[in-house]
Amino acid sequence: MYTFSSKLKTFSYALMIVGLIGVAYGFLSTPNSVEDVKVLLEESHASHDEAAVSHEPEAHVVAEESNTTAHSDDTHAEHAFHYLKNKPWSALYVALFFFFMLSLGALAFYAIQHAAQAGWSVVLFRVMEGITAYLPVGAILLFVFFVLSSLHFNHLFIWMDADVVAHDELIQNKAGYLNVPFFLIRAAIYMAGWIAYRQYARKLTLAQDNATDLSNYTKLFKSSAAFLVFFLVSESMMSWDWIMSLDPHWFSTLFGWYVFASMIVSAITTIALVSIYLKGKGYLEFVNNSHMHDLAKFMFGFSIFWTYLWFSQFMLIWYADIPEEVTYFVSRFNEYKIPFLGMLVLNFVFPLLVLMNSDFKRVNWFIVCTGLVILFGHYIDIFVMIMPATVGDQWFIGIPEISSVLLIAGIFIYVVFTALSKAPLLAKGNPFIKESEHFHY
Amino acid sequence: MSSHYEAPIRRPLIIGDKSYHDITVEVAAPVEGKANKLWWTAFTIALLAFLWGIGSIIYTIGTGIGVWGLNKTVGWAWDITNFVWWVGIGHAGTLISAVLLLFRQKWRMGINRSAEAMTIFSVVQAGLFPVIHMGRVWNAHFVLPIPNQFGTLWTNFNSPLLWDVFAISTYLSVSLVFWWTGLLPDFAMLRDRAVRPFQKKIYSLLSFGWTGRAKDWQRFEEVSLVLAGLATPLVLSVHTIVSFDFATSVIPGWHTTIFPPYFVAGAVFSGFAMVNTLLIIMRKVSNLEAYITKQHIELMNIVIMITGSIVGCAYITELFIAWYSGVEYEQYAFLNRATGPYWWAYLLMMSCNVFSPQFMWSKKLRQSITFSFIISIVVNIGMWFERFVIIVTSLHRDYLPSSWTMFSPTFVDIGIYVGTIGFFFVLFLLYARTFPVIAQAEVKSILKSSGENYKLYRDAGGKNPAPSKVIKAKKTTSEVIEEVSDQKNVLLGNIGIFDKATQNADDLKLISGVGPKLEETLNNIGIYSFDQVSKMTEKEYDLLDSLLDSFKGRAKRDDWAGQAKNLKNNE
Repeated sequence: MYTFSSKLKTFSYALMIVGLIGVAYGFLSTPNSVEDVKVLLEESHASHDEAAVSHEPEAHVVAEESNTTAHSDDTHAEHAFHYLKNKPWSALYVALFFFFMLSLGALAFYAIQHAAQAGWSVVLFRVMEGITAYLPVGAILLFVFFVLSSLHFNHLFIWMDADVVAHDELIQNKAGYLNVPFFLIRAAIYMAGWIAYRQYARKLTLAQDNATDLSNYTKLFKSSAAFLVFFLVSESMMSWDWIMSLDPHWFSTLFGWYVFASMIVSAITTIALVSIYLKGKGYLEFVNNSHMHDLAKFMFGFSIFWTYLWFSQFMLIWYADIPEEVTYFVSRFNEYKIPFLGMLVLNFVFPLLVLMNSDFKRVNWFIVCTGLVILFGHYIDIFVMIMPATVGDQWFIGIPEISSVLLIAGIFIYVVFTALSKAPLLAKGNPFIKESEHFHY
Repeated sequence: MSSHYEAPIRRPLIIGDKSYHDITVEVAAPVEGKANKLWWTAFTIALLAFLWGIGSIIYTIGTGIGVWGLNKTVGWAWDITNFVWWVGIGHAGTLISAVLLLFRQKWRMGINRSAEAMTIFSVVQAGLFPVIHMGRVWNAHFVLPIPNQFGTLWTNFNSPLLWDVFAISTYLSVSLVFWWTGLLPDFAMLRDRAVRPFQKKIYSLLSFGWTGRAKDWQRFEEVSLVLAGLATPLVLSVHTIVSFDFATSVIPGWHTTIFPPYFVAGAVFSGFAMVNTLLIIMRKVSNLEAYITKQHIELMNIVIMITGSIVGCAYITELFIAWYSGVEYEQYAFLNRATGPYWWAYLLMMSCNVFSPQFMWSKKLRQSITFSFIISIVVNIGMWFERFVIIVTSLHRDYLPSSWTMFSPTFVDIGIYVGTIGFFFVLFLLYARTFPVIAQAEVKSILKSSGENYKLYRDAGGKNPAPSKVIKAKKTTSEVIEEVSDQKNVLLGNIGIFDKATQNADDLKLISGVGPKLEETLNNIGIYSFDQVSKMTEKEYDLLDSLLDSFKGRAKRDDWAGQAKNLKNNE
């Protein structure tokens, strides 16, 4: 039985407090009017001239400004004002989504392990259940965020803005799908489905611990398969709703699976990191380095899978160069060059080189170092998915961004480790537990 | 993986009371025996289809591509449809041998050899189409970046058709090497068992002097893992590159980013269906039901169900995004698929690919061999139509209505397709009679963990590794003794009664295929001498079979009478 160490608890509180202060600062430090922005622009004129040049291709972001009007200082300042207003919101959104996706990815991986009747990973089930405990909390936070967005506290989803839609025929055509009530209902359905499976699975594994027959296990097997079907559809739709619709003019059929790749690799990394932490504290005596080896192999494999999907999406759009699609990458390539290309190094090159060697995959500190890089890389990935649509050229990884991550990380750690201390760390009723305890590769 | 322990909940992968020797004998049987009439009939049909295909190809090349049904708008139709279809089918083999190896799926061992053979033979078929659909086949070597007499005339590396060249040729060579490496221990087994000098010579050459030393095995396993690690990205990238042929274009209905993973899912889907079709037949005709069990079929059905669902999800995604995009060309492309002149092809593709695999959610249906067989064929029809729909319906109506047209194939289009099916089966039928169709070395490695009797023994409280033939062996002997029946008397009447007082018993174990246990069983029936065995004919084999439940067909397959005759004369 794990007990939540007071040190870690204090650490998570510290993260939350520091994060909260930073997030508050981020909201307070946004400019209050277009005039303020003009002053700001005056101060750093040289750099903004440059930015204004690269501005043109993604003028669609704030759609009431058509390309026909010239970029006078006024419109530019107004543009920047909207972006700066969005900045703390976007920072919070990236962090919220990122940690939610860790939990959701872990749930998908957990369901796959059940449905596939995996023999090696049973000893890690309780760790995964701990990570998915964040799911309900994260879902509520995200849902509140969506409600606030729909009440126009921010302008992240520009299709929620009636003025914008009135002048944008393309968005009008999508109104059947992109409208606030339907958006919120869909979000509620996905979240309810995911949470329902999570709670049900948790209940069944705990019941299986003391059961004499396998009825709970059988139920879990069946519900995992059903969940995976639901997940396949809901995850795709979630990515269209929550991320793709930030650029409502842009579309890509691959997008849902691409987001999934990012999700699953970060989730497996999180599972590995939490396991190594618990193992280091002496709580997982049945987890050996073969289990870590397998997790590291999944980190390696899914990193390459992520790159495959990233490349497929990027290359096909780059190759055909159809204007309505290519703007997406033009704005990212022009204004986010370092994060856009940097994440390839973090998410592909680095894990490829480090985790290729079989021996390294059994060394905990190798996994931890690579894991942190992968997590950072996928944070950047989400950042590059969201930010160009909401803050455009005004992006920066500063206090609002870092504080948001700290805040949500604090909540995440608190919730996950509280959940871990609620049940024994070995799912002893599982029929494959013996295989898993003796697992050696 | 070192222990033989397996959770009791897992079902056995090798059915019945098998020893290492039984596996050897049963895998070698089709190679060592003679082809029957059924085989020759199938082979003749396949050969005729193949020859018909060759005729069509020669006619095309001699006369020109105009003999096909293509027109100025639809420049790709059956040729590329068949190409993608065959490449897709080929993917299951590598998936089974590489991806399932990486995921440590023991059940792949019963099926990987045939799946890989299928890969190689279908990639060969696929490889024909990029060549024969060229207007000037004799210039085909220009696709290779070879220094030439035209100064610096190079290929343009921007074309997915050139990537195809590299993808397919790499895929074929890597699959071939992977397959052959796995075959070495099995060829060595055939070499060591060969009686005829010619056969011995051939299998000695094929097995590259494999002696099975510990060091060889260790490297063998390492090579398999490395090749599996390389083949997995290869299998994904090959079909991805095939999908790029369409997805890089600007044609509505073709240009979509989901094609790479969705084509791969479709390839696995159709490939597994083809493996299922072939193996359901093979397990029957080659008596391999103990190794390709119902569970294997069921698991393949599950893969078909999963990949079918992924493909279905991709269809829905495409439809949704076509609407969502607001691009009217894109919207029309899908409207045209559903309601245009080729609506029947679209409907066929949808019903075969999206609905038919969903039946597999029912345990009863996916465990039914007949049903699996039907679905496996339905899926391949559906996947052929998928490629046809993607290619033809996107081309025949696109941007300019003045270029809209229709497509219908000619007998040459059809003839070439039929020819490749014939060629495929020619190769596969030859393979089934000359190659060890089950990786016996691998199957032997799971016998003690996943063999039915070993599992029974272990579950009954026995220790690992279990001694073989415990549970059933006793039963069989007692059954035989009890069944002192008419059949036995008839049998002994035909081959002669052995008189223990006057005659000496021969060592029946010298007959290949007879072990100590079987000898005991034979003795119990009353068979002791080579003389008796040598008198056995068809009729006596059948009698013997009805007496020996667990060794059906073995006496005939191993030609006991012939062997006994030799042994008798050598005495």
